[in-house]
Amino acid sequence: MIQFSSTHLIYLIEAARWTVLLSVLAFIGGGAFGLVLALGRVSQHKWLRWLSAAYIQIIQGTPLLVVLFLAYFGLSILGLDIEPIIAAGLSLTVYTAAFLGEIWRGCILSVPKTQWEASNCIGLSRAQQYRYVILPQAARIAIPPTVGFMVQIVKNTSITSIIGFVELARAGQIVNNSTFQPFITFVFVAIIYFAMCYPLSLASRHFERKLNVGK
Amino acid sequence: MISYTFDFSFLLTTWPAFMRGAWQTILLAGSSIAFGFVLALVCAIIRSGKSKLAAGLVGAYVEVIRNTPLLVQIFIVYFGLPSLGLRLSAETAAVIALVINTGAYGSEIIRAGIDSIAKGQIEAAECLGLNKLQIYWHIVLIPAVERVYPALSSQFVLLMLSSSITSQISAQELTAEANMIQSETFRSFEVYLIVAAVYLALSVLFRVVLWAIGEVAFVRRRKLRT
Repeated sequence: MIQFSSTHLIYLIEAARWTVLLSVLAFIGGGAFGLVLALGRVSQHKWLRWLSAAYIQIIQGTPLLVVLFLAYFGLSILGLDIEPIIAAGLSLTVYTAAFLGEIWRGCILSVPKTQWEASNCIGLSRAQQYRYVILPQAARIAIPPTVGFMVQIVKNTSITSIIGFVELARAGQIVNNSTFQPFITFVFVAIIYFAMCYPLSLASRHFERKLNVGK
Repeated sequence: MISYTFDFSFLLTTWPAFMRGAWQTILLAGSSIAFGFVLALVCAIIRSGKSKLAAGLVGAYVEVIRNTPLLVQIFIVYFGLPSLGLRLSAETAAVIALVINTGAYGSEIIRAGIDSIAKGQIEAAECLGLNKLQIYWHIVLIPAVERVYPALSSQFVLLMLSSSITSQISAQELTAEANMIQSETFRSFEVYLIVAAVYLALSVLFRVVLWAIGEVAFVRRRKLRT
């Protein structure tokens, strides 16, 4: 029987690179789409507000696993022979956008109303108001919860192991299949996840304190 | 692009399986919420208590759980514990993992509630001659939970949704039923569309039930409309 060894540990750490890559993909894609959703939620057009609210409600009421299956099987229906990483990236983007959209909406709304009124008085257009007055202030408020949500993104990438994408969690299963030492294997997997997530948690808390000091 | 025709006819024969899955998810999530709430409450009390050591231990537990994926926690409980001599059924392992997970998240929420209780409240209660236990129960704990109840409810709905992951250790619940139906009918996309709709309905149901529980449990909140 093969014992759990440093070779396995290196294999796990190498697989963790895919977890990082997938997290970055999800954050970029989900962030871009999430910003659109956040702006949609506070739009002046009723149907835009309604549409983005409906999207957020539906995605937040569906498990990520089911979103992942829909992306995986849905894309293959379109006749595309897809790699698991595309289905994984797409579903994480769709999922992340809904949560970041809702978080950022709160940040935009927490910018005082007087800022809107003042920038309106000096003749800025709606786009200029967002660009020069509202979003820079909202971004400052958004940093702690956004960094905090990155932890969720990293953890959620583990679910993509279910469609066979070899990232950290899947690598753990592969190692376990050859060593039959599930406890030590998955504890090491957990430690690697912790090493990625805990600094983000600490950073989020640090930014939050910094923000509160300024008040 | 290949043209695709949607076919939901499998529902005629498989809808009882979907219903069974939904009911199993309700049972799994419901029991995890109940036990998880108790664990969260105990952890929050210890963490805001006087013993530094106990508070530190609970703090470490919370950080470990919040910074590792639920899927890995489930694997450790289901695959890992038997190698230490503790064999569990898939459902028991699922409930244990979900309870441990909610306990960590819930305790952070309740702790925020305990921290938000104004000191003047406690001093006022002391002046009225309430004893320590009465103060802790009536002035600190219940108002704290009352205050954070909406945040707790959202956490519980998220727990119900993430219980879908327990299908990976073949615990009996909605996603596991769907996987089975999918492999029998080969209508994967349609099956998961239905499942998504059922989860959406379940999350609405959980929100309504949790809201109703809050209305019954926190009479003062209902009366004051705060």
